[in-house]
Amino acid sequence: MNDQNEKSKVNYVQVEQSEQFQQFMNKRKKFIVPYTIFFLVFYFLLPICTSYTSFLNTPAIGDISWVWIFAFAQFVMTFVLCTVYVKKAGALDKEADQIIKNQVQKGGAA
Amino acid sequence: MSMTVIVLFLAIVLLTLVITYYAAKNTKTTGDFYTAGGGLTGFQNGIAISGDYLSAASFLGIAGAIALNGFDGFFYSIGFLIAYLVVMFLVAEPLRNLGKYTLADMINARFDAKKVRGAAALSTITIVIFYMIAQLVGAGALIQLLFGIKYWIAVLIVGVMMTIYVLFGGMMATSWVQIVKAALLMAGMVIISFLVLMKYNFNIGTMFTEVKTATSHGSAYLKPGIQYKDGLGTLSLMIALVLGTSGLPHILMRFFTVKDAKTARSSVITATWTIGIFYILTLFLGFGAAAFVGQSKILEANPGGNMAAPLLAKALGGELLFAFISAVAFATILAVVAGLVLSGASAFAHDLYGQILKKGKATERQQMLAARYASLAVSVFSIILALGAQKLNVAFLVSLAFCIAASANLPVILYTVYWKRFNTTGAITAILTGLISALVLVALSPSVMSPVPGAALITGDPIFPWANPALVSVPLGFLGGYIGTILSKETDPIRYAEVKVRANIGYNEQS
Repeated sequence: MNDQNEKSKVNYVQVEQSEQFQQFMNKRKKFIVPYTIFFLVFYFLLPICTSYTSFLNTPAIGDISWVWIFAFAQFVMTFVLCTVYVKKAGALDKEADQIIKNQVQKGGAA
Repeated sequence: MSMTVIVLFLAIVLLTLVITYYAAKNTKTTGDFYTAGGGLTGFQNGIAISGDYLSAASFLGIAGAIALNGFDGFFYSIGFLIAYLVVMFLVAEPLRNLGKYTLADMINARFDAKKVRGAAALSTITIVIFYMIAQLVGAGALIQLLFGIKYWIAVLIVGVMMTIYVLFGGMMATSWVQIVKAALLMAGMVIISFLVLMKYNFNIGTMFTEVKTATSHGSAYLKPGIQYKDGLGTLSLMIALVLGTSGLPHILMRFFTVKDAKTARSSVITATWTIGIFYILTLFLGFGAAAFVGQSKILEANPGGNMAAPLLAKALGGELLFAFISAVAFATILAVVAGLVLSGASAFAHDLYGQILKKGKATERQQMLAARYASLAVSVFSIILALGAQKLNVAFLVSLAFCIAASANLPVILYTVYWKRFNTTGAITAILTGLISALVLVALSPSVMSPVPGAALITGDPIFPWANPALVSVPLGFLGGYIGTILSKETDPIRYAEVKVRANIGYNEQS
């Protein structure tokens, strides 16, 4: 049942230190870290601006003020980043499969 | 109660029972029970995630909040939505790659310590119980309003239904009830939004202009600041909203119902689009309710604004639409509480009984029995608590659940996957510091303490200033995990190498 606790047959340290895995991780980090920072900053800017400034209350289109535009921009950003994530993560799937095939299934030897 | 309401209400009950009947036939193993055998497709699971997420609180609550507070109500929609980016970018795939049934399984991929599993189960159970009481009390009050039946009967109906789904149909029934409800709910939202937009000749600009004079707030209605005047308090709420989702047990559990990380990814995408569109529509419902129902009528029906959406349906579509929306609201409540029962039961039966007490050596039959007994126990326990809590103002329990999820569960999830030095002690201190600080701070906050008698549980001046303490408790959870880790010399880089590789490439030796 509790198979996670059994000693692993794969030498994961070897896999982890392999050039192939390191490159894979670099690519993952390269899109996950900047995008995460971006969406968190973009998100928290909204309550910070509404709480400490009033410039968002100026009208943008008719009676729709900038605060609403900013709010809708959050939705647009979510949809865009969602699409970007799928693309980037999907592109790395092949590399992940290769690491499994070339290394993990052979016990970790590159 | 009109005939239409009764017919639709019974139709929903019947439909969900048919689903449960078919699901029960296919629920044979513990894997089936907890995760529908991991056999949902990405699309099905995505719709089910949306269903889990679009609870009565977000459907009725946000529409009401926007109707009453204008832009400030919309903060919830934004926070809940962006939360999905956190789930997608940081949590979903590693969680699917490392875990089996529960959050504790995932953390245990790194640490075998029973104490860690126990702590994770404890925070899961705490969140589930609080969230559940809030949902059940809300459900009781709502059904009382919609169908004109007594509170305790309403709570019992919901309680018995959720128990039946989970007990017999497990995750399969819960998921399909959720999928059906999500579809009905979206249909309802689209119809009402369409009717609202029709009133403004499909011109959003006109809608903004008209709504500016429709409420007693005047032009302030379209500006932030009606409800949230304190900057740090607002920020604190926004932290809980955006980080809480990725720690909610019934949402986390949803990622185990698909076969791999790729499917988990595609389910988050379906969920993000569905939820995104839903939350945009909350705006039309809120504005519509403010304009065509009127704030005084909304407040009269329910001081929390929960009746805004059903009343708007009545104003625009007459009795039939009102009956439909009421029935959908009922289905919404049923589906969400069923998911909660399941995640609570998994913490009891799988983590505490199966893994800690039986050391992972329980037979399949024992596990299945334990899962069902635990479901029954969680259901009965929450029904009793909900019956006793009728007169209490329990709205704060939802924000408390989100706050615990963000403060106790998220730090340990992130550390487990991303921090090499992290160890057993750190895992325990992260969970406990987050859990305890969230509990204590909420107990001292305006949600629980109010100088106005009867407005909150305790009469008196609040000691902690913000209704939602995430701004303090989330950093405390992270800090607790950091200090616990540093104070202990234990470190296992070999195990971390395994976790890192498996979490990122999605390899599982058993599969």
